[in-house]
Amino acid sequence: MERRFAGIDIGSRTIELVVVDGKGRVVKSLKADTGFDPMAEARRLMDGVGYDGIMATGYGRNLFEIAFEAPTVTEIKAHARGARAFFAQATSVLDIGGQDSKAIALFANGKVKKFEMNDRCAAGTGKFLEIMARTLGFDIEAFGDEALRAEKETAISSMCTVFAESEVTSLIAKGQDRREIALGVHASVMRRVAAMLQRAAPEGDVVFTGGVANNGCLRSLLAQKLGRKVRHSPQAQFAGALGAALIAMEGKGR
Amino acid sequence: MSDAYRSMWKELGLDLEAHDMLLGVLGNAYQEIYLSQKERPEGMGYFDFVMSEVHGLRIKELLDEKAAGRKIVGSYCVFVPEEIALAANATLVGLCSGADFATEEVEKLLPRNTCALIKSAFGFKLGKVCPYLESADMIVGENTCDGKKKAYESLGHLVDNLYVMDLPQVKSENGRALLRAEYFRFKAAVEKLTGSVITTESLKAAIQTVNAKRKAIHRLSALREADPAPISGLDALLANQVFFYDNPARFTASVNKICDELEKRIEARQGVFPAKTPRILISGCPQAVPNWKLPFIVEGSGAVIVGEESCVGERGTRNLTSESGQTVDEMMAAIVDRYFQVDCAIFTPNAERLAHIEEMAAAYRADGVIHYGLQFCQPYLMEAIPVEKALEKKNIPCLRIETDYSMEDAGQLKTRIEAFVEQLKG
Repeated sequence: MERRFAGIDIGSRTIELVVVDGKGRVVKSLKADTGFDPMAEARRLMDGVGYDGIMATGYGRNLFEIAFEAPTVTEIKAHARGARAFFAQATSVLDIGGQDSKAIALFANGKVKKFEMNDRCAAGTGKFLEIMARTLGFDIEAFGDEALRAEKETAISSMCTVFAESEVTSLIAKGQDRREIALGVHASVMRRVAAMLQRAAPEGDVVFTGGVANNGCLRSLLAQKLGRKVRHSPQAQFAGALGAALIAMEGKGR
Repeated sequence: MSDAYRSMWKELGLDLEAHDMLLGVLGNAYQEIYLSQKERPEGMGYFDFVMSEVHGLRIKELLDEKAAGRKIVGSYCVFVPEEIALAANATLVGLCSGADFATEEVEKLLPRNTCALIKSAFGFKLGKVCPYLESADMIVGENTCDGKKKAYESLGHLVDNLYVMDLPQVKSENGRALLRAEYFRFKAAVEKLTGSVITTESLKAAIQTVNAKRKAIHRLSALREADPAPISGLDALLANQVFFYDNPARFTASVNKICDELEKRIEARQGVFPAKTPRILISGCPQAVPNWKLPFIVEGSGAVIVGEESCVGERGTRNLTSESGQTVDEMMAAIVDRYFQVDCAIFTPNAERLAHIEEMAAAYRADGVIHYGLQFCQPYLMEAIPVEKALEKKNIPCLRIETDYSMEDAGQLKTRIEAFVEQLKG
């Protein structure tokens, strides 16, 4: 039987599992919420999935390494590899995850040239969007589309999630249109990640990975601000797991 | 042994309970970080002993010296010239500033956004847990960064023996004249403290003693050029940290002994990590003992540290003081010349530091540089971005880290550093 390789991305919000065949073609993609027991969730996700080798990435990779004696790779390298699987020429990668965001510049051969991470605070992360969507009463999946319907933006000045939440609450109390506030929230995240991207990976099309890449509003705001094409795959959320699976397949992990 | 130390600590005015806690944490950290390393040089046994006795035997030695009429001068900075202290019959020791302690008390006196090193210095005083500080007859503060110089105003209310040295911020003739004037003022102050006037002979001997210590460290540094690395960055950092505490002659002999051993290792191509392990140069803020956070993470992520461009490292120890002076004045001029070359980020402009980073990266064959900045340390954080840009122009990968002494960001740091190591492996 053909050899299969799995990659598992244990993020702060979700866990993704991707299995590829010996040629790197995706044969399975699964996803679950991380919950409060990531290893139990991982085990459940892996149950009945066959593979010859597995590589872990994401913030839970070290736990996984111990529990399953599996090799690991950082989110940076995994997302870089995943992005190249989506777009073979990618040299700029933006990943916005649940608790951090990262900008990665790649050499023409796909190797990591430079990266920058925002990992100290929720501003510019999926968590920020999630909290704001909840405060504004939007479903997170529809948050971007709702924001795109606004005709103008209500600016949000606070970067801090806690302060921004009170700011949004007071804007709601003033009777501001919640779509306009939503647009302001997206613009705030966009500015934060755009600045990081321009520092770390200032050239070429941007490949957007991670769950937040599915947010059309953020993509269009980013493209506008950067004057660069922002590309994403519908499978963007699986980029880390796919990257890890491919690295396992290529035998390049440590 | 322990009982004798306890009464010694008690007489020094330490808070025994808090001090026990500190030693407990330190012992555990040392076990986990240092003693768990593999393939360590045997000579490191000396430093294990020094660390196990860092608040014990070494303090007893200092108190014995005091009983014999010497004075103890405590310092927080590499600009305080050890030659002058030694020549005037005083011993210079570095004061504790490498771990968080009594943070809540500290923040009653200092703003929260003060760097960890300054907060730590206050924490050790307020928590009454630094026997060096309590043994010191004179504590020297120095006007380096804004944080330190303003903090000394507050420290002056906590101790009655603070002496503040002014320092230049520009490498100009005026700057040199200021440093010279301050070193003569310091000389007079130490002479007054000890009642011992510096003579040609005593200053010459002091310069030789300190130079010998530096030469031993230079020898150790040069051996780190080898691949595989004969000594871990953690162990080399420890030697650089102990440089500030130990009896100078004994330190010199112990480092030289390790170097003899490392030379044999290099000949046998024996290393602490396999050949071709990614090699990293650390550049930036000082890593005062027991701040081992960064090298612990780096060397646990599949890389080896081959040099420290740091006050606790080559910035502090490079350059000898000329031994050719025949008079006290000539030797004082040589001391000024030597220290005026220290490329601390309080100087503006400070192009020499960048040149030194590039020189070290080449000499130690570093694959990449990690710029280590303490949060809120404006001078080094300001230099971090230009350093990164300049290194990238030379195709030397650089990772900027901004952190403190707490372990709360250890997970994030590990991810960044592992990713950097992956990047270096290509």
